[in-house]
Amino acid sequence: MSVSCPGALLGSLVGISLPIFWLGLLAVLIFSVKLRWLPAGGSGTFAHLILPALVLGAASSAVIARTTRASMLEVLRQDYVRTARAKGVSDRLVVYRHALGNAMIPILTVFGLEFGYNLGGAVLTETVFSLPGVGRLIVEGIFARDYPVVQGALLVVATTFVLVNLLTDIAYAFFDPRIRYD
Amino acid sequence: MSGGVIVMLFVALAALAPALAPYAPLRGQLSERLQEPSAAHWFGTDELGRDVLSRVLYGARISLQIQVAAVGLALVLGTALGVVAGYIGRWPDMLIMRVVDIMMAFPGIFLALAIIAALGTGLGNVILASAIFLVPQFARVVRGSVLTLKEKEFVEAARALGEDDVTIVMRYLLPNSLAPIIVQTSLRMATVLLTASGLSFLGLGVQPPSPEWGAMLSNARAYMITAPHVATMPGLAIMLVVLGFNLLGDGLRDALDPRLRE
Repeated sequence: MSVSCPGALLGSLVGISLPIFWLGLLAVLIFSVKLRWLPAGGSGTFAHLILPALVLGAASSAVIARTTRASMLEVLRQDYVRTARAKGVSDRLVVYRHALGNAMIPILTVFGLEFGYNLGGAVLTETVFSLPGVGRLIVEGIFARDYPVVQGALLVVATTFVLVNLLTDIAYAFFDPRIRYD
Repeated sequence: MSGGVIVMLFVALAALAPALAPYAPLRGQLSERLQEPSAAHWFGTDELGRDVLSRVLYGARISLQIQVAAVGLALVLGTALGVVAGYIGRWPDMLIMRVVDIMMAFPGIFLALAIIAALGTGLGNVILASAIFLVPQFARVVRGSVLTLKEKEFVEAARALGEDDVTIVMRYLLPNSLAPIIVQTSLRMATVLLTASGLSFLGLGVQPPSPEWGAMLSNARAYMITAPHVATMPGLAIMLVVLGFNLLGDGLRDALDPRLRE
């Protein structure tokens, strides 16, 4: 856990500092140009999706890692964690069963937000990998003053975002039994 | 506080770029294009024969200009809005907060993109777009701070003494809100750099031949196979500077947060 591992802490800090288009370029450099494992751009096969997915995931995971760390720090200071440790519960169980579940709420919030962000805001990654995505569609629509395209695309993105938030809210109830929707 | 060290190094390099850069950043020797890093050109040369090191150094100046101008503008505007929203309350608060929420609902870079679409490209518009992009953050932080401090007793005492609202805000509320504002400033400098270089990467920010780091990366894409060094250096520069500001902001937040002082 990044709470106690300074390497993970630095890693996640570096992660949020990375310009995502640079990470994409580096990934293309290493995996497509040097190693020739994966295609550098375009769409069509599953292999085309791996690099962009990894790049987007890396950027988001850094944010989530930082939130997790902050949240876990809060939770691990609580008295019930002290009780569990005093009872002799192993560190692993304390972290996974007692602390993590209670720390999940802010983590879930950030997860939902990051999902929404990546839905519409992945313009830079799409540009690097030449993927004809929604982000680029919206940007090109804005510049071509093609308002129906922008409206339609934003509507789709917003609807999906609302659905994701709905799922996040339902997940809250799963993690925190005090939250019940009537 | 290694963040502070990195930031100071960045500022120093940016300020001293004309003295330090071994070559002119805009003049290229076509006979020397795409050279690998060597003794003559520490970072190599780009596709027009320009020395990458010099361009990175001059790019630091441009980035610093953008950051200072954008964050400064957003600071003033955001603080003003936050104070009005927090102190006056009622309908100005609602109005400002709704606008802030709308602005924050745009995913990622879209708000800045939309502003650039309306205004056009170029350095000034990048600064304006970045500033507007940052105003919601500052407004929220300042509003939160003002709301908390408004209820404190020293404000009541000041009012009882007959001090008018403007004095109360300027003498009591703002100085006590400095801590979160400073933290936000550092963190937002990082955000501005990422946003501005992202816009330039898309071709919508600072235009060539200006040696802005994002634009340099965009140009480097075409030469990835033959000359990867052109792409790595500016990106590394962006990452290090953003890292520096983030570290500084985090360090300041830890140092200034009263809750963590136990």
